[in-house]
Amino acid sequence: MRKIDVSAVLMSKNESLAAEESCIEVSKLNLYYSKTKQALKDISLSIPKQRVTAFIGPSGCGKSSLLRCFNRMNDLVDDCVINGKITLDGLSIYEREVDVADLRRRVGMVFQKPNPFPKSIYENVAYGLRIQGINSKRVLDEVVERSLHAAALWDEVKDRLHESALGMSGGQQQRLVIARTIAVEPEVVLLDEPASALDPISTLKIEELINELKEKYTIVIVTHNMQQAARVSDYTAFMYMGNMVEFNTTDAIFTNPAEKQTEDYITGRYG
Amino acid sequence: MKIKIDKWLSTGTPWIWLNAGAVAISIVMVVGLLLILVARGMTHFWPSDVMQAIYTPPVSSSEPLSTQIIGEFVERESVIAQQLISSGIPVDPAQEYYDRQLLKLGNRDLTGADFSWVLTDFISGIEYPEHLVVLERREWGNFYGFLREVREGGETVDSADSPDQADTNLWLEFTERLQRALSLHDEIYRIENLEIGQINYGMERLRLEQRRLELNGQDSIEAIADINARRTVLESEYESLQDNLLDLYSQINRDSALFGSANDRETEIEIADIVRAYQPNKMNLLAKIGGYFSKLGEFLTDDPREANTEGGIFPAIFGTVMMVMLMSVFVTPFGVVAAVYLREYAQQGFITRAVRIAVNNLAGVPSIVYGVFGLGFFIYILGGEIDQLFYPEALPAPTFGTPGLLWASITLALLTVPVVIVATEEGLARIPRSVREGSLALGATKFETLWRVVLPMASPAMMTGLILAVARAAGEVAPLMLVGVVKLAPSLPLDGNYPYLHLEQKFMHLGFHIYDVGFQSPNIEAARPLVFATALLLVIVIALLNFSAVALRNHLREKYKSLDV
Repeated sequence: MRKIDVSAVLMSKNESLAAEESCIEVSKLNLYYSKTKQALKDISLSIPKQRVTAFIGPSGCGKSSLLRCFNRMNDLVDDCVINGKITLDGLSIYEREVDVADLRRRVGMVFQKPNPFPKSIYENVAYGLRIQGINSKRVLDEVVERSLHAAALWDEVKDRLHESALGMSGGQQQRLVIARTIAVEPEVVLLDEPASALDPISTLKIEELINELKEKYTIVIVTHNMQQAARVSDYTAFMYMGNMVEFNTTDAIFTNPAEKQTEDYITGRYG
Repeated sequence: MKIKIDKWLSTGTPWIWLNAGAVAISIVMVVGLLLILVARGMTHFWPSDVMQAIYTPPVSSSEPLSTQIIGEFVERESVIAQQLISSGIPVDPAQEYYDRQLLKLGNRDLTGADFSWVLTDFISGIEYPEHLVVLERREWGNFYGFLREVREGGETVDSADSPDQADTNLWLEFTERLQRALSLHDEIYRIENLEIGQINYGMERLRLEQRRLELNGQDSIEAIADINARRTVLESEYESLQDNLLDLYSQINRDSALFGSANDRETEIEIADIVRAYQPNKMNLLAKIGGYFSKLGEFLTDDPREANTEGGIFPAIFGTVMMVMLMSVFVTPFGVVAAVYLREYAQQGFITRAVRIAVNNLAGVPSIVYGVFGLGFFIYILGGEIDQLFYPEALPAPTFGTPGLLWASITLALLTVPVVIVATEEGLARIPRSVREGSLALGATKFETLWRVVLPMASPAMMTGLILAVARAAGEVAPLMLVGVVKLAPSLPLDGNYPYLHLEQKFMHLGFHIYDVGFQSPNIEAARPLVFATALLLVIVIALLNFSAVALRNHLREKYKSLDV
């Protein structure tokens, strides 16, 4: 396999990417799940603020691992070693003195399968605030309503806020998880294949939602589905075998990829 | 043929039969157990007919001697003639088997033994006189006989018109006076046990208070005077209660009744000594059902009498339930906290594995070992230390340094904690990772995630552990004999005297009660049905405790039903 020159990839960015204000800066990131298993190899990229960035690539290429570095979810994995540097608005997040809970409050995450808590819809959305010690009913009511509106769920659930969240459909549950995430007002929302367990109509709703959310939040989405990446994202990164092969505007990646590997993947020759 | 059998084996049919057979045998055994307990225990309370007959057993030397017998049929069996001959009854050896029945003759104070085997062949003139009376007494067991006279202060008030006829007026007169005596007895019981008990308790507290002041060197003249003043108040209250009691006693002892029993013996019985009187041969089915439930109610709600062979077993029921509940209060938090550490915080490795194996093995240690440990460590060391520190005024009489409810509950909690740990750990392991990550991703710390999401979701598993713990603890007897259960406890561990819950008191327990009544009782025949009834009750109590825990668990499961992930 041809070695990828990261600096060359970064240099090949077109004008619009260079002009964006950066939110997350990754430089020379390596991630090992064990001594012999390196999941990410020397990754460097800059994720622009208030845009949708998509990570695409075949299964096991490390896109989810990279995503989970941004809110330090990999800390939960035993024996996981990370070196390199990630900064969030200038804050280096792997420094010892960083409060992980606080970081995760700033970098929200939505998982592949909907994972609502076995509580009421209301309590699911209010959970993050209660964790922060906010228990005022007035504040909670307001935030719950606003978050559910933002997640395009309010009209569907406003009459059953105090029923269990487990009674909702999969698509509703996933939008509830998004509402729960934005209730704590993060700066970044990480979406890890958010629609892969959903039917096409629910997927469409999630995609519409992503479009609305980028007004306020920096969004990073991992997806298997290239059409989805093409539909929702402004920028796309193609990863392969733990390497960042190409990172550019979505238009450029899908219409005029610089790398042969990217082209092969997009045209369906492997993956 | 060989192929056919092979084919039959490979269809799995014999396997299914084996499995179904095992289930069937288990069900038959459990149902059989319950049926035996019900049949032998619950029939005891039925007011069965009492027969009067002439019994003429064969004797070797002189003329056969006829006696009149009055009694209740208990059971029947066949014996070999030879066995009867060798025990001194010269029956005809030509007849191989003889039928004999066990009769409850009562009247232990008159005849010495209240049960007797009689040979059916030598009974004649069986009749069921309607005016035959059964008395249940506070002492000496049952009495069977005929009411002859009712007396007040030794003077005859009313007497039977003829000794062989029912006299309705006399019976009414008698039952009226019995009712009066029973309500007086209730009053006396209340005063003696509640009010005087309260005063004695207060006196004891005053004594301890004075002793404490002396020990601390604070026994100033004013303090002692204050205690003495309070003591005088109690004493005067006691005096007035005592007067009241004397008056009640003279009232209750006013009436007596003259009864004729078998072979025309006459006995005068104080009405105050009678608990219940009825004429079973006169009662119709409805009245008998009423009598049955009244006796059953007495069994469930009264104190025991006569070395536990009569009366009720309420203190034992209460003690069992109380102990199991206290045990649950100790074992649940302890087991859950230990399981959380083992599963969530401890570094998974050799030591954790070793601890887990040790915990599992603890569940297999014989319970008597826990009893010895409880006695040696909790009672003598911990309890002795507590007495030295907090109750020096009561020494040398121990307060906590002696077997009691607290130590029994803690010993059983120790016995059952492995079950709770194992069940909780399994519950924690089943909580999907995605839910934990969902909470962490919202900025919750590990503790907050555990406390707000994981533990509530694992609560059904904790309840499963508690259910198993209750099932094991409620049935234990062996360790309890060492750490707090007694044959007869003078008072319940929960009462109206401050501090209401007396953790240091000894208590009664159904399991031990079965052992005591069945094997330590002087009157085996009278105790036997009670053993079965008590055993049935123990099963019911455990089942009820378990059902309530299961209901609670189902409620929690519904609330926290896990996600399909």
